[in-house]
Amino acid sequence: MTAPNQSAATPDLLYSEAEEDLRSAVRSLLADRAGAPAVTAAAESGTPYDPRLWKALATGIGAAGLLVPETLGGQGASHREAAVVLEELGRGVTPAPFLTSAVAATGTLLALEAEDGPVAALLAELASGRTTAVLAVPFATPPSGALTGAVAASAGVLDGTVRGVADAVAADVLLVPTAEGLYEVRTAGDAVALEPLVALDLTRPLAAVTLAGATGTLLADAAAADGAVRHGLLTGAGLLASEQLGLAEWCLTETVRYTRERHQFNRPVGSFQSLKHRMAQLWLQVVSARAAARNAADALATGSPDAPLAVAVAQAYCSKAAVHAAEECVQLHGGIGMTWEHPAHLYLKRAKADSIAYGTAGSHLGTVAGLAEIPAP
Amino acid sequence: MTTAPDADEVRRRTRDLLSAYPPATTERTAFLRARFDAGLAWVHYPAGLGGLDAPRSLQPVVDAALAAAGAPGNDPRRIGIGLGMAAPTILGFGTDEQKRRFLRPLWAGEEVWCQLFSEPGAGSDLAALGTRAVRDGSDWVVDGQKVWTSSAHVARWAILIARTDPDLPKHRGISYFICDMTDPGVEVRPLRQITGEAEFNEVFLTGVRIPDSRRLGPVGEGWKVAQTTLMNERVSIGGARIPREGGMIGPVSRTWRERPELRTHDLHQRLLTLWVEAEVARLTGERLRQQLVAGQPGPEGSGMKLAFARLNQEISGLEVELLGQEGLLYGDWTMRRPELVDFTGRDAGYRYLRSKGNSIEGGTSEVLLNIVAERVLGLPAEPRNDKDVAWKDLSR
Ligand SMILES: Cc1cc2nc3c(=O)[nH]c(=O)nc-3n(C[C@H](O)[C@H](O)[C@H](O)COP(=O)(O)OP(=O)(O)OC[C@H]3O[C@@H](n4cnc5c(N)ncnc54)[C@H](O)[C@@H]3O)c2cc1C
Repeated sequence: MTAPNQSAATPDLLYSEAEEDLRSAVRSLLADRAGAPAVTAAAESGTPYDPRLWKALATGIGAAGLLVPETLGGQGASHREAAVVLEELGRGVTPAPFLTSAVAATGTLLALEAEDGPVAALLAELASGRTTAVLAVPFATPPSGALTGAVAASAGVLDGTVRGVADAVAADVLLVPTAEGLYEVRTAGDAVALEPLVALDLTRPLAAVTLAGATGTLLADAAAADGAVRHGLLTGAGLLASEQLGLAEWCLTETVRYTRERHQFNRPVGSFQSLKHRMAQLWLQVVSARAAARNAADALATGSPDAPLAVAVAQAYCSKAAVHAAEECVQLHGGIGMTWEHPAHLYLKRAKADSIAYGTAGSHLGTVAGLAEIPAP
Repeated sequence: MTTAPDADEVRRRTRDLLSAYPPATTERTAFLRARFDAGLAWVHYPAGLGGLDAPRSLQPVVDAALAAAGAPGNDPRRIGIGLGMAAPTILGFGTDEQKRRFLRPLWAGEEVWCQLFSEPGAGSDLAALGTRAVRDGSDWVVDGQKVWTSSAHVARWAILIARTDPDLPKHRGISYFICDMTDPGVEVRPLRQITGEAEFNEVFLTGVRIPDSRRLGPVGEGWKVAQTTLMNERVSIGGARIPREGGMIGPVSRTWRERPELRTHDLHQRLLTLWVEAEVARLTGERLRQQLVAGQPGPEGSGMKLAFARLNQEISGLEVELLGQEGLLYGDWTMRRPELVDFTGRDAGYRYLRSKGNSIEGGTSEVLLNIVAERVLGLPAEPRNDKDVAWKDLSR
């Protein structure tokens, strides 16, 4: 056997000026509207998403249509820009349906390559930011996972329950994979029941979706649907790495800031070497996570054949890095880190949930095994 | 005033060099000398000293064109300390005379360099060193002992730091010299290491006379000069472009593919995790390189050595285990004094043992973590009780 192929093009791992501009725009919007207290308060209310914030992000900045071509009313930007938005949303543990709607659901629809018809119409709706859509599959589903079976379709009428669907409570449209193909189902009708579940991550709601004789519009037949949904999940997984990066960066920065100020034994606790070394190790993980996340975003943006491996590598690495950063953040904050008032817990919960979303690090390692030709015994 | 050469100019010069010295018929040293004279050794160096005063980002243009033409490159194993550490220090602090004398043969690999810094009593705490240099007319007379000196047995020249004023606090009484390793009073003794061979040495300096013209920087400011050397030592790693599986992960992945009978589930999980980490470290190095080329060097450089040290050790450790019964064997314990350090060409047991040095040489991982914590993250410095005490009054 030979070594796995090296893709010909060298990935661009830096940020362009336009990407940095987009970052500043998102960052100042979030600073104005979504501070940690607001996030905590929203998390406890019945409606985790601030509709005005989503409107400002989706339409004001145009985030909802970043990936959608200009001909359909989108921004015609790429996964690289979407990744930068996710870095900022991760940094703020911002509750917003960007990853699920503007990335994963949109990525699924884009993979169907429709220039007109219901798919194009739905994409245009999503790009406008007035409608959000989610994939009706469990949030834990990896790009290689089983997609159908929960919902049965018969002549456009759908029945079944899918548990653990992220952001379904805020969605107008469900994209439902079935053995017959991919259906578009509006959540407004009586035949759709959304039961909120108590989620580990307070900032990204989960629901059980039950369809009882719901009518759907067929968007793609079974063969096309499978590839498209997998591509949507791959896009979600690849860009989730950027959310994890932003989250880990916040945890590190905040921990450094706090340990420089907090005094014990007549010294800042950040002057103790055991802590300094842990934070230096975290820093190394964060800069490494950045390279991995950028590589995944660039591979998706360029449609590189290396994308599945780049995404699996990024997920296997960034999931662990983010969880580690959030765990260190809680520990190095001491008692304050355990309180409900301090935002550290929001980051830990998001990080841990993210490490399961779109496949665990372990399932992505399994993908690496296949693609890098390191087969199991 | 002439303007800095652009990419076209650099390409033209590279073509001219290749046509005047066709790689197929030109001997390696002659080619490297001509490349130096054409200003294509390190384009960001001054004109006349192997460079063109051009942006550093144009070096890859030269390297790619020369590689494509099959031109002989310099052997990184022969010029490691010279190129990575001596050259930037000489360039930063040397006299014109010193620059003209030393840079060209260093570049061409005609003269190997070593680094006489560490001492038995001063390693991480390098500024505590006790080797003395006493002024005698136009010379300095040096007495002391250095240790763990890589390549001292093949080196023609050494960068040396020595104490010139024991009454000052330790950082202030040090001066920096270029030492001729062939001078009387320089004695190099092999120091056998963990691998069985002697890649490094002890160096005894007894009444060695160094002319004052081979001092680098002002008397008493050797610590400042040494900072340049050490910074370059740490940054010189990590910026190279390597292919996927280009590092130590390559041999173990190949063994895994070729020897299914060795596979276990436990090793599979560990290998996959390390494969991912090696790939991410490669990408981080690539990102660092892209930042350098774009003229925005990031602090990642200080972290890469840490990452590679840990990875090399874990990967080579796993490889010995993967080999099972064969892992119980070792290639060769003969005490040899290799001229070149050959890392990947040897067996897994050698790699396992040699990589233990990766977290010690050039600053231990613990010391590098301090540097990252303090200089990159801005965490408070370690409390110190050695700063204002004369060197001679320090406890040791
Ligand atoms: C293969 C190899 C090649 C080398 N080549 C050269 C060479 O060519 N020229 C040369 O001059 N030197 C060379 N060295 C020496 C090397 O630079 C020193 O070994 C190194 O700087 C560490 O110093 P030390 O060995 O005295 O360890 P010590 O400083 O005695 O350290 C002992 C332990 O204490 C830890 N420690 C020390 N200070 C701190 C601190 N402040 N905080 C936390 N932990 C600390 C260290 O990390 C280490 O674990 C080489 C070493 C090796 C292994």
